[in-house]
Amino acid sequence: MARAVSTRRKLAVTLIAWGIGIAIFFPILWTILTSFKTEAEAVAMPPSFLFFDWTLENYHEVQERSNYFRHFLNSVIISVGSTLVGLVIAIPAAWSMAFVPGKRTKDVLMWMLSTKMLPPVGVLIPIYLLFRDFGLLDTRIGLVIVLTLINLPIIVWMLYTYFKEIPSEILEAARMDGAGLRQEILYVLTPMAVPGIASTLLLNIILAWNEAFWTLNLTAAEAAPLTAFIASYSSPEGLFYAKLSAASTLAIAPILILGWFSQKQLVRGLTFGAVK
Amino acid sequence: MGQISLTQVTKSFGATEVIPPLDLEINDGEFVVFVGPSGCGKSTLLRLIAGLEDVSSGAIRIDGINATQLPPARRGLAMVFQSYALYPHMSVRKNIAFPLKMAGLPEDERNRKVEAAAKVLNLTPYLERKPGQLSGGQRQRVAIGRAIVREPKAFLFDEPLSNLDAALRVNMRLEISELHQSLKTTMVYVTHDQVEAMTMADKIVVLQAGRIEQVGSPLDLYRAPANQFVAGFIGSPRMNFLTGPDADALGAATIGVRPEHLSLSTTEGRWKGRVGVAEHLGSDTFLHVHIDTGHNMTVRLTGEAALKAGDTVYLSADPQRIHRFNANGLAIA
Repeated sequence: MARAVSTRRKLAVTLIAWGIGIAIFFPILWTILTSFKTEAEAVAMPPSFLFFDWTLENYHEVQERSNYFRHFLNSVIISVGSTLVGLVIAIPAAWSMAFVPGKRTKDVLMWMLSTKMLPPVGVLIPIYLLFRDFGLLDTRIGLVIVLTLINLPIIVWMLYTYFKEIPSEILEAARMDGAGLRQEILYVLTPMAVPGIASTLLLNIILAWNEAFWTLNLTAAEAAPLTAFIASYSSPEGLFYAKLSAASTLAIAPILILGWFSQKQLVRGLTFGAVK
Repeated sequence: MGQISLTQVTKSFGATEVIPPLDLEINDGEFVVFVGPSGCGKSTLLRLIAGLEDVSSGAIRIDGINATQLPPARRGLAMVFQSYALYPHMSVRKNIAFPLKMAGLPEDERNRKVEAAAKVLNLTPYLERKPGQLSGGQRQRVAIGRAIVREPKAFLFDEPLSNLDAALRVNMRLEISELHQSLKTTMVYVTHDQVEAMTMADKIVVLQAGRIEQVGSPLDLYRAPANQFVAGFIGSPRMNFLTGPDADALGAATIGVRPEHLSLSTTEGRWKGRVGVAEHLGSDTFLHVHIDTGHNMTVRLTGEAALKAGDTVYLSADPQRIHRFNANGLAIA
């Protein structure tokens, strides 16, 4: 009897899990499907799911109208750049918070996190004016700076939790073995924290890649990443769903592929402290 | 050289004073063991010497040089940790070579020294393995290897054997003693195990609540404990303590007799009692006896004894071997 219940229960859990999985993935699937439809079919009621005239015309047109590769390159430079700069600042910061905490370390960490609670639009105007005066508008370097600042609290927090897991005796052993602070971080701490650093790196690249508020407001043409590329298809001339979908598919494809290949690393990193 | 001297050293964490002012001399080449119950400050004291903790006041001199403010890397000491603290991402070879790399030695010289150390410690077949692929005893040897290659002024051991099983612990104890004999380098060793202290030390420092209770050779502490704490801590099984008329008769508040200094008879003796538990170890027999005055006493008999729970026995003590303590627990000479 108990066995029957457990099988039924297993079935129910499996169905629910698949249901949630499909619900989460459906918008992405629908976007990809729509990108292969004509504009007329894209808005047709009732919508056709798989039986329509498949076309590559939207991709062709998107390529003609805008330079996908330049946006792609901007996205790569901005997301990777801001993450690397963030790591360079965050590794020593997280080191000091994890291994030589002061009385106010917890408060500093909370304060850093609290900056994430501020709606970005609240500081849009001051940042915009600063960027204008320093000539940073529509530059890659400007976006790297602003995205570094935005994601820094998350990078520091993630690294802090990974570093906390490293036994301090190993770092003390390095000190006894004659390592200075720089050598201790370089030869002992960083290699041991590689899984944590890798998942922090991946997560932040994804966050920076998808960031749309600052990238849209601070760029025009030169430094515009893929978010701006997508946005350019919801224009005053009206919405072109099929082309918008093609642009979106092109924009999310690289990060989706990166995420797919690194999901093991990401899951491991995100559950680092929880299951060990 | 490896002479360490502590002068009026104190350590406080916030408002809690864990080490009240303390003086200690460790001579060159000596094997000194810090022993005491957990939380007595012995590890803290070792970490102060290592430089892993800053002293709150006082001075630490190593070979006559004031090292109080020196970082651990510049004190010329090597440490073996309880958890071994090996670098998990490095091979055994790289682990042992790490202090040499930090000292800026060229690679061929590093390799030569690592291989020499590995040979001494029987680690040669494991040089390319990672610490995760080694057993506890092998890891401990790597930790020791990492300490000896840099030829430190002194070795610091922080309960290095407590993660090993009993048989291996006895082996490693012997290996460390042999290492000390061949290197003749100062060793400072922290343990809560008085057997380790007795078997390895030239000099034992017994600590309680951050204070030094007594310093001396193992047999000095065994024969002439300065107070009741040391008397009870050194020796296994523990010394028996009696109060009341037996102590009063000898002009003391408490008297103590070691289990091996009690003699047993089934017909007559000073204390009459009943055997509670008999522990037969083969080489020894430990009897836990409830005596008529209400105290419990442990007796150690050599060899096998045909006694069991419930038997009536008489115990006597050699008057020369009775320790007397005053009301403050201090030994009466």
